[in-house]
Amino acid sequence: MATDYNFPDSAARAAAAAQEAPGEFQTEKMSLAMGPSHPSTHGVLRLQLELDGETVTRADPVLGYLHRGDEKIAENMTYNQFVPYTDRLDYLAPLANNMAYAIAVERLAKLEVPARCQAIRVLTAEMARISAHLMGLGAFGLDVGAWTVLLYSLEEREKLYKLFEELTGARFTTSYTRIGGVTRDVPEGWLGRVGAFCDQFLPILEEILKLLTRNKIFMDRTVGVGVISRADALSYGLTGPNLRGSGVGLDLRKDKPYSGYEQYEFDVPVGTTGDCYDRYLVRGEEMRQSVRIIRQVLARFPDGPWYAPDARRIFAPPKDKILTSMEELIQNFMIVTEGPQIPPGEVYFEAENPKGVLGFFIVSRGGGVPYRLKIRSPSFCNLSILPKACQGILISDVVALLGSMDFVMGECDR
Amino acid sequence: MSADLVSTLQARFPRLAPRPSADHPAVNVPLEDVVPLLRCLRDEHGFDLLTDLTAIDWSPGATPRFTVVYHLLSTTRAGAYLRVAAPCAGTEEAPVAPSVTGLWAGADWHERECYDLMGVRFEGHPDLRRILMWDGYPYHPLRKDFPLAGIETELPAEDVAAETGTRVVAAPMAGGPFVASAGEINLTEAEPRAKDESWSDRAPQPGHTPLRQVKE
Repeated sequence: MATDYNFPDSAARAAAAAQEAPGEFQTEKMSLAMGPSHPSTHGVLRLQLELDGETVTRADPVLGYLHRGDEKIAENMTYNQFVPYTDRLDYLAPLANNMAYAIAVERLAKLEVPARCQAIRVLTAEMARISAHLMGLGAFGLDVGAWTVLLYSLEEREKLYKLFEELTGARFTTSYTRIGGVTRDVPEGWLGRVGAFCDQFLPILEEILKLLTRNKIFMDRTVGVGVISRADALSYGLTGPNLRGSGVGLDLRKDKPYSGYEQYEFDVPVGTTGDCYDRYLVRGEEMRQSVRIIRQVLARFPDGPWYAPDARRIFAPPKDKILTSMEELIQNFMIVTEGPQIPPGEVYFEAENPKGVLGFFIVSRGGGVPYRLKIRSPSFCNLSILPKACQGILISDVVALLGSMDFVMGECDR
Repeated sequence: MSADLVSTLQARFPRLAPRPSADHPAVNVPLEDVVPLLRCLRDEHGFDLLTDLTAIDWSPGATPRFTVVYHLLSTTRAGAYLRVAAPCAGTEEAPVAPSVTGLWAGADWHERECYDLMGVRFEGHPDLRRILMWDGYPYHPLRKDFPLAGIETELPAEDVAAETGTRVVAAPMAGGPFVASAGEINLTEAEPRAKDESWSDRAPQPGHTPLRQVKE
């Protein structure tokens, strides 16, 4: 009755075939499109992978799925009209982008904004850094299988978004800066609420980081994985936590301070090996340092005007003056219709954003519209190392590597 | 320090000239000097990071029409920047510049982007193809003679066309973004939802109960 079936499994069959005909055992490489809609490619990055088994032999990133032609658009509108487009670059930290863009144009106009405006910008940029890193860490945890981190970090980010909403009117696309100032002063009691957020945030941050830092699974997935050497990081133009994770202590807030960063004390964390774990540690520490900066800003928050009052051809006058005075009405009309009047020249300004160094190269021929505006996107430069960094690693480590790079395609594709 | 740097460089590269700039020191060099100059800056002056590489289109008819611009940053000398600009060679339609991928691997994508959007060909680039627009796209959209509203092009989907016998075209742009008049469009034809006139804000949708009654 009983029949003896003998079906060796496929691995055993392959091994047997290799034994029988050595040298004729053929394997073929597999081509795999990872993305553009894949949970670990954070948006619309597509990696065209060539695989030998589970090992990546070649990776070709395919970009452009989110290309909107921001640089072309910028050449066709006034300086202030472009502010909302900067929100949509690194949409996880719009306040930091707003600030970088405004400072770039102000440098071109040789315009100094008052201390209060600088303090507001530093404050919002650091809050944006915390919110971006929270998302970055949460998504990184998610990519390597740690669900809980995201739940905690999103809750904290939500608290920040509530504060952003109160300040700017929008949770996400804030468009908070104008050339020569910001859209409005901080609301009554808002600074106190930011301080209260910091007080309750630090213990929760420690709790979030505790979920990962000594987590065996997380360490197995990240320690020694996706190593980017110091020389490679410099050669590929990496910036931000990715460069610092590889041991280069470049932080423009320290090295080329802008917006009054020189007044604040903070440390620049630097990694040693340049693996995924180092990049994670750097981001975690940067959040602590951001809280430190925020507390210093709050402790000596300057009084005085929150926009450049003497920039009459650049920053629109207050609304009550527009409605009551002819001079201000004309001034407002000119700024709205023709844009802030910026002198001719070339300027390149870079700010230390959460994802890396965001740069604006602006060529002006005078008037209210830039002649050429180039956006130096940190995510674009950071991703350019992928063909090299993915070479020879396992496909599951590609996921960890991408998570640790913390990129945003809105900024990469522009 | 910046004047020092420019004069030191001038001793070595006599054709180098200072370039007007609103912030960082900037120099103009002829195209042949770009690669030796950048190598010298990287190896002897500590400018180890190529942060940005781009081109400027000085509009059709200008000479030179295209200028390539490099921004260098030093990670060892805190926050020192340098801008290097060089006019492109070649014709107005096909400007040419030397590739610096041999100096910084990161220049690879910058040069691909510059080729894609501006049409500057970088000689010596290992793999100069489009990066943001798709392969086979016929224009360089950041050039000044390219219209903001774009130019409708066929989408390259040979496989779809071969299988279905239908060619793939992009969705009509209906006048395009930033165009004040929408052109001659019949909205009822262009917008499928507009065809259904059985209900509107005046006449409510059949079978639909409004959530909230507004008291007159």
